[in-house]
Amino acid sequence: MIEMLHVRMKRLLRRVLTRPRIDLPLAAGLLLLAVAGLCTLYSAAAGDGGTTSGQVVGQAMRFVLGFVLMLLISRIPPSVLRNWTPWLYAGSTLLLVVVSVLGEGRGADRWLNLGVMRFQPSELAKLTMPMMVAWYLHPRQLPPRWKDIAMVGVLIAVPAYLIGKQPDLGTALLVAAAGSFALFLSGMAWWRIGLLLAAAAGMAPVAWHFMHGYQRGRILTMLNPESDPLGNGWHIIQSQIAVGSGGAFGKGWMHSSQAQLDFLPEHTTDFIFAVFSEEFGLLGVCLMMVLYAFIIGRCLWIAMEARETYSRLLAGAIGMSLFVYVFVNGGMVSGMLPVVGVPMPMVSYGGTSAVTLLVGFGMLMSIHAHRKRHD
Amino acid sequence: MMKWRDRTRPQPQRAKSSPGRRRGTGPSARRRMVLVVGVLGLISLGLVARAFDLQVVRKQFYQKQGDARFLREVPIPVSRGTIFDRNGEPLAVSTPVTSIWANPAELLANSDRIPALAKALGGDPQQIEQYLEQRSDREFVYLRRQMPPEAAQAVLDLDIPGVNGQREFKRFYPSGEVTAHILGVTNIDDHGQEGLELAYDDWLAGKPGSKRVIRDGKGHVVAELEQVRAPKPGQNLTLSIDRGIQFLAYHELKNTLDKYSAASGSMVVMDVHTGEILAMASLPTYNPNALAGSKPVQRRNRAATDVVEPGSTMKAFTLAAALSSGKYTPTSPAIETGNGHWFFYGHDIHDDDPNGTLTPTGVLTRSSNVGAAKIAMTLDTSLMYDTYRAFGFGNSTGSGFPGESSGLLRVGRDWRPLEKAIMAYGYGLNVTPLQLANAYATIADGGVMHTPTFIKGDDSPGRQIISPQVAHELVSMLETVTGPNSTGANARIANYSVAGKTGTSHQAIAGGYSKDTYNSLFAGIVPASNPQLVAVVVVNGTTKGGYFGGTVSAPVFSAVMGGAVRLLDIPPDNIGRWYVGGPLQGNGGLVGSQTPPPQPSANDVPVHEAPVDEAPAEGNAP
Repeated sequence: MIEMLHVRMKRLLRRVLTRPRIDLPLAAGLLLLAVAGLCTLYSAAAGDGGTTSGQVVGQAMRFVLGFVLMLLISRIPPSVLRNWTPWLYAGSTLLLVVVSVLGEGRGADRWLNLGVMRFQPSELAKLTMPMMVAWYLHPRQLPPRWKDIAMVGVLIAVPAYLIGKQPDLGTALLVAAAGSFALFLSGMAWWRIGLLLAAAAGMAPVAWHFMHGYQRGRILTMLNPESDPLGNGWHIIQSQIAVGSGGAFGKGWMHSSQAQLDFLPEHTTDFIFAVFSEEFGLLGVCLMMVLYAFIIGRCLWIAMEARETYSRLLAGAIGMSLFVYVFVNGGMVSGMLPVVGVPMPMVSYGGTSAVTLLVGFGMLMSIHAHRKRHD
Repeated sequence: MMKWRDRTRPQPQRAKSSPGRRRGTGPSARRRMVLVVGVLGLISLGLVARAFDLQVVRKQFYQKQGDARFLREVPIPVSRGTIFDRNGEPLAVSTPVTSIWANPAELLANSDRIPALAKALGGDPQQIEQYLEQRSDREFVYLRRQMPPEAAQAVLDLDIPGVNGQREFKRFYPSGEVTAHILGVTNIDDHGQEGLELAYDDWLAGKPGSKRVIRDGKGHVVAELEQVRAPKPGQNLTLSIDRGIQFLAYHELKNTLDKYSAASGSMVVMDVHTGEILAMASLPTYNPNALAGSKPVQRRNRAATDVVEPGSTMKAFTLAAALSSGKYTPTSPAIETGNGHWFFYGHDIHDDDPNGTLTPTGVLTRSSNVGAAKIAMTLDTSLMYDTYRAFGFGNSTGSGFPGESSGLLRVGRDWRPLEKAIMAYGYGLNVTPLQLANAYATIADGGVMHTPTFIKGDDSPGRQIISPQVAHELVSMLETVTGPNSTGANARIANYSVAGKTGTSHQAIAGGYSKDTYNSLFAGIVPASNPQLVAVVVVNGTTKGGYFGGTVSAPVFSAVMGGAVRLLDIPPDNIGRWYVGGPLQGNGGLVGSQTPPPQPSANDVPVHEAPVDEAPAEGNAP
């Protein structure tokens, strides 16, 4: 068996290395985004003194790693990915269990220290979740019936619960959303969706009851940030000031006073888009939105072109998830949504997120390259 | 592992036969994709609309909010002007210090740093935290005022969010308690509270400027943009005080207070030609560099704020009125003092020893109360009152010293005969040592009165208040007081002639005068032949060793002024008489301050009961 595995791996490796499967429009868009992200990070980190170049170089290294992984994965056929899916899902879920036992991080146990690097298993789950749902629905009769929906519900609930317990409600919701998108794209009937949403709405008060104090506080603060200007409202007020004072054309690169003067908290991670908005103004925001729209649109286009259920659901869910990240982060930065720890894809400082994202794009490229085949 | 693969591999085959297998790519799935794209597009528009709202519609508001967060106007501290003595020696200087302040909310958000902060500040962490929590609604509280710059820098180097330093200045008085009463003190905000620090606060304080700065989220200033208002540094002040004479006065007075176990004392030294105050010492005193624990009784500048019955020192002004009246010259007419008792309105005005018949000069020399009273009764009340008044009694001298007293002199038309008689030798009125010094300075300067001043070179044009002739005659008459066997012999200074008058008065207490506590005074002029300096010494409440002004205060005058004439290079005027052994007031030769004089004749003894309102007839009728 070992020998057989060895032969298979060799064949796979040869295929990966000999057939370029890069999707040029997607790669170009991502490269542009990466450059814009690094520039913004350079400026945002400038106020922190000393570590600026360290942060930027570190982030660039992760981008390089991410792009390499993306190119490698683009050459793995979707059928192989599909075969790996249950293992990847099980692995990431196991890591979530591990991190809940011995994780470390600021206030929340989200990080796992592997010695050489620290990473967030919950970021992995963002990818393995839609894969698993797509894998499960792939052989089933579509649109899914209650039995399959219930099964998918369990598959979504387990990692979401583990992440929510860390506690990281934002990521838990995002992971659950990624799985749900796959279910939605499978053609789930509208009346079933309506029933589920109604049930969820009915559960909301119960969920409120189980939330942590700080989670409730964030939701309340979003509704009225001025009620607590030095506490929870601080992030939102400072962020809105940053965005608003940017104006139509911005203050120019390296001129974000809110970030440089250290008023804006988390200005290299969750709130980096406020720095971008302050420096490049509405014009920059629109250009950035166009870039994201192009990438997301490309993802959805790839999903539409995919012939297989697995590929179509996975590509669609990744595209929609990407949109949700952009929207939730943008909404948070502009004060429309509560403060949840959702990074701006490719712009926020953070390794696991960027690498996972690029791995996902690698899968998309693979799906696109193999759209004509059924292997 | 194999189990997963077994399950998944056959599935495609099974799926192929499934009718739903292809529906995923059918028109329904495509419709759903289009729907998704549409919905996402709409949501994106919402995001862009929000950005438009913030960045275009409400841009002004947020820009102002942003500026308000980092643009601050902060004061530029200025140092208070230095106070110098007349020779440029510093008497009060400002040294830079740093006050540590905090933004409570910000510091409490980093409460894990409080122990380190408390250690650097030298306080208790829990106390600091409690202090901050009680003030968490403020944005500025002082943690410690006026730390030495190095210690404060150590605190700031901890770089704790919400903790900041503020440059300030603290006052330091190199001469400490010696000049404490003149200079006064400033409060923690560097404003004058007492003394000349208060009187010249506007001049010394200057005006802090202000500058616009950029402050970061931690409150640290990261850039200075512009100066909004230029700082106007405090101006220096040069006093008329001579530190050397001040030290002498302080030490001699202190030694005398110790020697006689006296309660308090004061001394004023003035330049007779300008009214400049060269020294002004008061005891008890306090250390202005460490105010904690100082008592109000130590804080009074007695020379300017406390009043005293002038006693026999007042006789000079009675004689001034007498000479001005034209009825008297220094030598005539003869005044009969008899056996030293004069019963007047039931009151025994008496001298210590019977003096018989005296010239007006003799009344001063022998300090005869009877003689002074008899002269007074021959004078117009209005002339006497006007003369006293002209010498400044009953009026503040105008020195500008905060809290200066006017003394008490009742209006002349209200005087009753007995009151007029005893006022002739210094009862029934009171004066400040500064007033007395200024009045003697007026005699010394040929009858020209200057306004006393603490500022060097601030000589006001004098006013002629008595004729120069009368003034010169008075100086000569007063010079006899320091003759070898006279009451003021202890005031003599080697090589200099001294004119002056001793005075001893009962201390005023509630309801009259104390029988056994005294004020010992000496007012003197040096050199008598060409007056330059005047000094008044007052010692209150001696408890041992004597109480006569000639015994207690005259030696202080001699010691201090002997030093002062040398410090000021005033030429000796008495050297020839000593050098050639010629006659000096009938005795001749050197009688320095160190030489103990013969037993002073005790003419200077005052009345022994309260004389003003009650005038009980003493038993020994003539």
